[in-house]
Amino acid sequence: MSAFWTLLKRDLLLQVREGGAVGTALGFYLIVVTMMPLGLGPDLNLLSRIAPGVLWIALLLSALLSLPRIFEADDEDGSLDVIATGDLPLELATAAKALAHWISTGIPLALLAPVLGLLLNLDLGAYPVLVATMLVGTPAISFLGAAGAALTLRARRSGLLLALLVLPLYIPTLIFGIAAISAATGGPSGFQASFLILAAISLFSLVIGPLAAAAAIRFQTQ
Amino acid sequence: MDFLVRLSVKNLVVDRGARRIVDGLSFAIEAGEALVLTGPNGAGKTTVIRTVAGLIGAAGGTINLDGGDAEKDIAAQAHYIGHLNALKPSLTVEENLRFWAAYLGGGTADDAAIYDALAAFDLEPLASIPAGYLSAGQKRRACLARLIVTRRPLWLLDEPTVSLDTASVKLLAECVRHHLASGGLLLAATHIPLGLVSERRLEIGVRSAAA
Repeated sequence: MSAFWTLLKRDLLLQVREGGAVGTALGFYLIVVTMMPLGLGPDLNLLSRIAPGVLWIALLLSALLSLPRIFEADDEDGSLDVIATGDLPLELATAAKALAHWISTGIPLALLAPVLGLLLNLDLGAYPVLVATMLVGTPAISFLGAAGAALTLRARRSGLLLALLVLPLYIPTLIFGIAAISAATGGPSGFQASFLILAAISLFSLVIGPLAAAAAIRFQTQ
Repeated sequence: MDFLVRLSVKNLVVDRGARRIVDGLSFAIEAGEALVLTGPNGAGKTTVIRTVAGLIGAAGGTINLDGGDAEKDIAAQAHYIGHLNALKPSLTVEENLRFWAAYLGGGTADDAAIYDALAAFDLEPLASIPAGYLSAGQKRRACLARLIVTRRPLWLLDEPTVSLDTASVKLLAECVRHHLASGGLLLAATHIPLGLVSERRLEIGVRSAAA
């Protein structure tokens, strides 16, 4: 199990040293959300009504930008082959890399969301719920995204293919993420049910994502 | 003799897509022995080495490491050095080695082993330099130093001497001799003689090249 932490620590260290991916995702999130009020006009009621949806969709797209880097660099420099010869099962190695992606991209995006909520006149009472749903929902994005990134590892110009593969899988997270927030701001659905389903989707991805990613990598590096 | 293992490959068949690259290859490597695969480009040397490393699935035949750790698969008892160096450009040489030592060794990086590995490939002056700044030959040495940071009985080297100078090839040969003396096994594909006493050569792919 300590090989798992070693790999996780290395990936986080590389994120710090090389930066890039996190900055791009955060910058993209900021710019997309900033453009919304400019495009839709200063109707505060409209903005606060669509704020949860805009924040979630922009978050999914921002996270998508950084997904290819989960395995790409390790594949290009041959590290992936050596990782596969370790004692650690490849399923746990892919889990470590997906977890590193969540810590380095998912958490910063979730923490940036309330700041961007200000731009959209999001109801003040919704801020804790917004951050909570995003922290609980984003693991699904990293772990399902890891499977997609592994599947498109050797495909040329894989960006669009990755989006087509992965974005449909994000729909449940999107629906229940938004439902939980709108429930907290007086919407029709119950908060607890939506929040628990969101957590269930993340737990499900935690198991399925690394398994699928490992199978895809074994197939692709043949 | 630290290791008492024997690698036996019987009737190995490997397909790449619709092409049969390796057809019925058999060989055995005893403890302390080196086997060098030779053959023309495209003969399947890399395919054989990657198959033994578990990176490619065999279509037929068996690969056994007798006397090895039955709990682990062969890949986890082998060092695989491929064409690529598996170095992170933004980490220093020492950090790269420390990572592989901890990852391949099950979580603990032994300081002594790291310094041995740096010394074995004359990397001490480069230890604190990011791998991205090294020359091709220096990167290759940093990659080969991975062989020393954790002890594994089977070394699988695919063209290990690429971009190494003569002095560095001698360093590698010295490490290989030491490995073989402790009972280790070596399966390599190389065109440059490593200057080993007990080196056997196996020519592969001649028939398919003629066909």
